[in-house]
Amino acid sequence: MSRGTAAAGESAPGASVILPAVAITRDDVLHVARLARLSLTDDEAATMEGQLSTILGHVDALSGLDLAAVEPTTHALGEPDVTRPDEARPSWPREAVLENAPAAQDGAFRVPAT
Amino acid sequence: MTLDTRGLTAERCIQLLDGREISCRELVSAYLDRIAREDGPIHAFLRTRRESALAEADALDRDGRSGLAGVPIALKDILCTRGEETTAGSRILAGHLPIYDAGCVTRVKEAGLIALGKTNMDEFAMGSSTENSAFGVTHNPWAPDRVPGGSSGGSSAAVAAGFAPLALGTDTGGSIRQPAALCGVVGMKPTYGAVSRYGLIAFASSLDQVGPFALTVRDCALLLSAIAAHDRCDTTSVEMPEPVRVPDAETLAGVRIGVPWALLEQGVEAGVRASFEESLARAEGLGAAISEVALANAEHALPAYYLIAPAEASANLARFDGVRYGLRVEEPGDSVADMYGRTRAAGFGDEVKRRIMLGTYALSAGYYDAYYGMAQRVRTMIRRDFDSAFAEVDLIATPTSPTVAFGIGERIDDPWAMYASDVLTVPANLAGLPGISIPSGLADGLPVGFQLIGPAFAENRILEAAHALEQAIGFDPVPPALRVTA
Repeated sequence: MSRGTAAAGESAPGASVILPAVAITRDDVLHVARLARLSLTDDEAATMEGQLSTILGHVDALSGLDLAAVEPTTHALGEPDVTRPDEARPSWPREAVLENAPAAQDGAFRVPAT
Repeated sequence: MTLDTRGLTAERCIQLLDGREISCRELVSAYLDRIAREDGPIHAFLRTRRESALAEADALDRDGRSGLAGVPIALKDILCTRGEETTAGSRILAGHLPIYDAGCVTRVKEAGLIALGKTNMDEFAMGSSTENSAFGVTHNPWAPDRVPGGSSGGSSAAVAAGFAPLALGTDTGGSIRQPAALCGVVGMKPTYGAVSRYGLIAFASSLDQVGPFALTVRDCALLLSAIAAHDRCDTTSVEMPEPVRVPDAETLAGVRIGVPWALLEQGVEAGVRASFEESLARAEGLGAAISEVALANAEHALPAYYLIAPAEASANLARFDGVRYGLRVEEPGDSVADMYGRTRAAGFGDEVKRRIMLGTYALSAGYYDAYYGMAQRVRTMIRRDFDSAFAEVDLIATPTSPTVAFGIGERIDDPWAMYASDVLTVPANLAGLPGISIPSGLADGLPVGFQLIGPAFAENRILEAAHALEQAIGFDPVPPALRVTA
């Protein structure tokens, strides 16, 4: 299903550029939900379809910019990567870490077998 | 003595403690009693820690104290506190007991500050109204039918209501500055890296930053000086090039302030604009030189932010899967994938699901360059704009929020209208820059925030200017409804 126009928030600040909405289909929603390991009800999927289309419609305002010669940001302040000496340090004790696990067995997290 | 905590600053608390006019126990009790009496209809706190706080106060009364020690503080519930429930406002973490303290919480404890409890917030800091909490909405102490802003709305409401003189929040796209503005208090987002993010439950790691709420700029500086530090557990944290000072400037002589007027065309309410211009005139009266700066790409900050932040969130929130901590929902015969899907469906609220979906889409095969890559390039352009602007001016001023506090329920069904609350705050996050919001005055009886943004690590410059301006504005931070009650 595709949508022709985005319903913008009336007089929403920042909403001055409104392009035709990106067509997010129900299949797109279900595919992305699978990638995100998120079960959606039919109602949620329907709502998501419209809302994601609207949001991406606003975001599409960026697609007219000439960005070919611009490097993507990898750190807000352009700081270089940081390394530390490769020395072993104690980590959290296993029992402490497992205390918050919904299910644990034999010193490990327990999950369904398949 | 019975102490009135309304409008009581941390500096005044320190004076009272230093002068032995009150004990730590009396001070902490006064705040806890006010919370117990008054927080029902506001719901700033998710939980308080009366017994522990009083025991800590007694220890200081017994063993002696100095500096900030003994001053109460409220902590946003996204900051891990060892052995004390930390939920990030989410059902998926209900009952979660972290095994370590966040880096900033360790600093707070080392300073002897006494945590009163954990404050409400939008789930995983995703929101601008605190309506997205799984544990109920927070009401604005200035007008109970309106939001306190978000995502750190519990912290801003707590300081405004006299429940704590200080609070910590986090700011990923405006989540300290915007609620500070809407509740008439001071809130500061430090430079990216100034405060450790260790133990801050991650939303968008390239943007998240911990910062202070207070009633005054000087209190805000006091708290920031206590928490700003390098932490080896956060490799993006750095030592500030100079220590944070408590400001005492009385003028703005020689301070060049730039205003990106074009950005203010984007939906700034008339009342907000009038208050902003009035404060700007006061700044000029104090000696500041006001000029226009071009932040040509700042108008693209909102869409870029709403790709980058959800993309990072979708990766960060993958850890909530019912295996290591928090909720697990499982039916007999479920596969691992079934269990993941069920757990996350039951554990996350609507806005978090929306952002995970948006972020996953923006990072998915075939769309990565078109969305995430594009947004990170726009981010570079926004950073360059700030660099150019700060070659000409010392500070940049805007209103903090385009509107005053809006009604509860007003924007909750219109995601983009909610996101637009952040239009004036997200540029600083994308560029990693420090920014403060101080009360500018009132519009329709509700607080308006005045934002000052500075270059990276120019916290002292911002604090000095904000302090001088704050004195000239003379805002009364006690909400009118609280001025008449006992």
